[in-house]
Amino acid sequence: MERQIRRVGIGLIALFLAVFVQLNYVQIFAANDIANNGANVRALIKKYSVKRGSIVTSDGVEIAKSVATNGKYKYKRTYPEGELYAHITGYLPFAGEATGIEAAYDDDLIGEGGTLSMQDIQDRLLGSGERGDDVILSIDSRLQEAARDALGDNVGAIVALDPQTGEIRALYSNPTFDPNPIASFDAGAAEDYYQSLDPNSGTSPLVSVATSRTFPPGSTFKVLTASAALESGRYQPDSTFDDPDEIDLPLTDQTLTNYSHQSCTGTGEIDLFTALRISCDTTFAMIGLKIPDDIREMAERMGFNEPLPLETGTAPSTFPTIEDDEEPLRAYAGIGQGDVAATTLQMAIVAATIANDGEVPKPRLLHQIIDASAGVVNEPEPETLGQAMSATSAAEVTDMMVAVVDSGTGTNAQITGVEVAGKTGTAQSAEGANPHAWFISFAPADDPQLVVAVFVQNGGSFGAEATGALVAAPMAKAVLEADRRLRDW
Amino acid sequence: MRAARRRNTELSLLILALIIGSGALALVAVARSTDRLADVIPFMIVLVVGYVCAHLVMRRFAREADPLILPLAAILNAIGLAVIYRLSPKGSGPAQVSWTVVGLVFFAATLMLVRDFKVLSRYKYILGFVGLGLLLLPATPLGTPINGAKLWIRFGGFSFQPGELAKICLVIFFAAYLAERKELLAIASKKVLSFHIPDLKHFGPLLVMWGVSLAVMFYEKDLGSSLLFFSIFLVMLYIATARFIYMAFGFLLFFAGAYIGYQVFDHVQLRVRIWLDVFNPDLIQGDAYQMAQSLFALATGGLFGTGFGQGRPDLIPAAETDFVYSALGEELGLMGTVAILMIFMLIVARGLRIAVRARDDFGQLLAIGLTVTLGVQTFIILGGVTRLLPLTGITLPFVSYGGSSLLSNFILIALLIRISHQGAAEPDPAATAEILIGGRGSVPR
Repeated sequence: MERQIRRVGIGLIALFLAVFVQLNYVQIFAANDIANNGANVRALIKKYSVKRGSIVTSDGVEIAKSVATNGKYKYKRTYPEGELYAHITGYLPFAGEATGIEAAYDDDLIGEGGTLSMQDIQDRLLGSGERGDDVILSIDSRLQEAARDALGDNVGAIVALDPQTGEIRALYSNPTFDPNPIASFDAGAAEDYYQSLDPNSGTSPLVSVATSRTFPPGSTFKVLTASAALESGRYQPDSTFDDPDEIDLPLTDQTLTNYSHQSCTGTGEIDLFTALRISCDTTFAMIGLKIPDDIREMAERMGFNEPLPLETGTAPSTFPTIEDDEEPLRAYAGIGQGDVAATTLQMAIVAATIANDGEVPKPRLLHQIIDASAGVVNEPEPETLGQAMSATSAAEVTDMMVAVVDSGTGTNAQITGVEVAGKTGTAQSAEGANPHAWFISFAPADDPQLVVAVFVQNGGSFGAEATGALVAAPMAKAVLEADRRLRDW
Repeated sequence: MRAARRRNTELSLLILALIIGSGALALVAVARSTDRLADVIPFMIVLVVGYVCAHLVMRRFAREADPLILPLAAILNAIGLAVIYRLSPKGSGPAQVSWTVVGLVFFAATLMLVRDFKVLSRYKYILGFVGLGLLLLPATPLGTPINGAKLWIRFGGFSFQPGELAKICLVIFFAAYLAERKELLAIASKKVLSFHIPDLKHFGPLLVMWGVSLAVMFYEKDLGSSLLFFSIFLVMLYIATARFIYMAFGFLLFFAGAYIGYQVFDHVQLRVRIWLDVFNPDLIQGDAYQMAQSLFALATGGLFGTGFGQGRPDLIPAAETDFVYSALGEELGLMGTVAILMIFMLIVARGLRIAVRARDDFGQLLAIGLTVTLGVQTFIILGGVTRLLPLTGITLPFVSYGGSSLLSNFILIALLIRISHQGAAEPDPAATAEILIGGRGSVPR
């Protein structure tokens, strides 16, 4: 019988080998595919087993935090302030990719970034009680609320930032959304809510107007055109231009008129300073025709044609290269129309460059990262995107912008006792649609503490009557005043 | 001399197994919480005392026996205990420790009572009917269905799965019957269509016993046991008769039977469907949930596993019984699963060796029957949880939670050890003859 026994032995070994091969397949070769199946909740359990760090405003308001649950998933992500910070915090969905700060500082929030404290090591060895780091933002909750209140129900955005450091102190867009339902453990309900926000439409509340939608900046762009003019060396603030009722556009039989459909001064002549103060279109159209490349280069130095580097991501603002056969567009580009399009954040950076002696501050939301037991683990230094223009030119543009608020189109932004620098914009959008209202500003003019950029899409509640002066300037003023009260400047 | 060396080898291997087992228990306890270490120290003591006692019994009653089987069983038992304790520190964990003690008592009792395994062949018909009776017991009013299959009986506070013990009884019956009639069964006395067919009357009792037990298991929806039983029977028949045609014919029958079963029974169709289409979104949260969780656990474990106590094998339903191997695979990885697989292979190899060295037909057939029982049962459940085969619920010997399973497997290895002892202790008549006449080179020149 020995022969049979040996054969049976070989048979048994063959069976065990088959198990061995199958184990290799399941545990090694196909392991990733199998483990990544959506029905495998292990990754989710792990994701929610760490007490993820909070996202906190500079004044200590928790705008995203993890709260303990009694269920299979130990911690649930909640956003106590709901819609107010949705575009900043982003959201941590139950299934799917995180967005906003949740995504940008994910490693820190789950405690895997930066340095390991003794507590971290102990937590990890015991496989329990892990806690991520807190992310402290530069956002000030009171300024954020002021921005929300100023914008009201109007569709648009308000950006407030520190021109020296680039730290963003308020970043509010309307429409917005509530991140809480998206973070729900009920994946079906989360998906339903997400789909109700129409994620792929051009007006979805999921997308921040402030950082990710671009619009023609209109006359606020004249600040940039004026900067390019001064930097080109061909113009001074007192350089004079003809002041016609309209200018003929080359290559066509069309004309470009001022907003008022007449000349700006009535004297037949206008200087650059006055042209900015009263926002004279014909002057800046002429500059646009003269120095198109200088303007584009200035725009690019200030961040156009590439996404601005912000943690939560941005859409690029655009300033086109206009070929000779499209020369009329150069006139429109000079006044921020035509193919020029900018985010609210980009126009805030333009104002911040003027306020910051010509140096372009790099915008950011992070103030510092704090480990629960080890204190501050990361506090980045302010960074710059480069010098866009000389401090002298910046000072000359500042003077012009002060005049805008003092005695030009932006008088609605005047604050008693403080010199405010600003520029209005009323931008044509689509044919027949109401104009967009813009205002960019900073104050105090001689020692800028805060830059505020306001954008109101299609004039908001003012409709066809809307202008930057009427709609946007008072909003900027409200935010500036709020900051003045807060920080006593 | 040789006996003492074997027992010393066994003791040192046993110590190694117990150190590994205690370490595993300590790990899972600490992973729960640092101050839980004290909870498992009594378990370690029980394990060490229990296995050392079993070893002492072997020193007294099976001095010449194979020194590997007990340590190999010990390490499987201890690792199983660690996994079960990790999954259920208050319920099944402590219960499994008690069952281990009961199992070791039965192990020792078997060795003490069955001094000569040949005696068993005398009681073959009694054992056969006892086996059949045990199988039928759950179908009586004593039976309690658990998880759909009616495999359990309940008396007092205990529930017991008599099928586990029935297998051993029936293996003894088969071995004894085949040893007695193997020549008759092998002789082809009739010729049908150029095939030599043995006289069917010699097969009578065998076929009746086998057919009834299969029918009962099938009726009780115990598919795993049916498959196991079928294989054991065919293998033993092949070994006894050396006629491969029986095995081929048997497997042909098996496929025919399986096909009919598939056509007739919904639960068989479902098993196959789950096997083929486990990741189907329509099934994965329902009927295929358990199977999918098993694969997720194994895949998550990868090469090295998450570490003891660091994974989530509690997500697999029935992780402590049928799916204990997947739970282990998540936390110990391929390293762990292959190590366990190799331990089973070693036990099977030792069993085969014992079978070869047994000196009579009954001993050989019994040893091979018991070894194949253990090996095929292991294969069926490991193949099932790794999706090599359709899943048929059956326990993993020594590792899964369950008193009946542990107890019958301890009896199984006790019988193997008994055969091994007798095979080594009694001088082989042929070898004696060779020594006497100065035959092959076993005599110093």
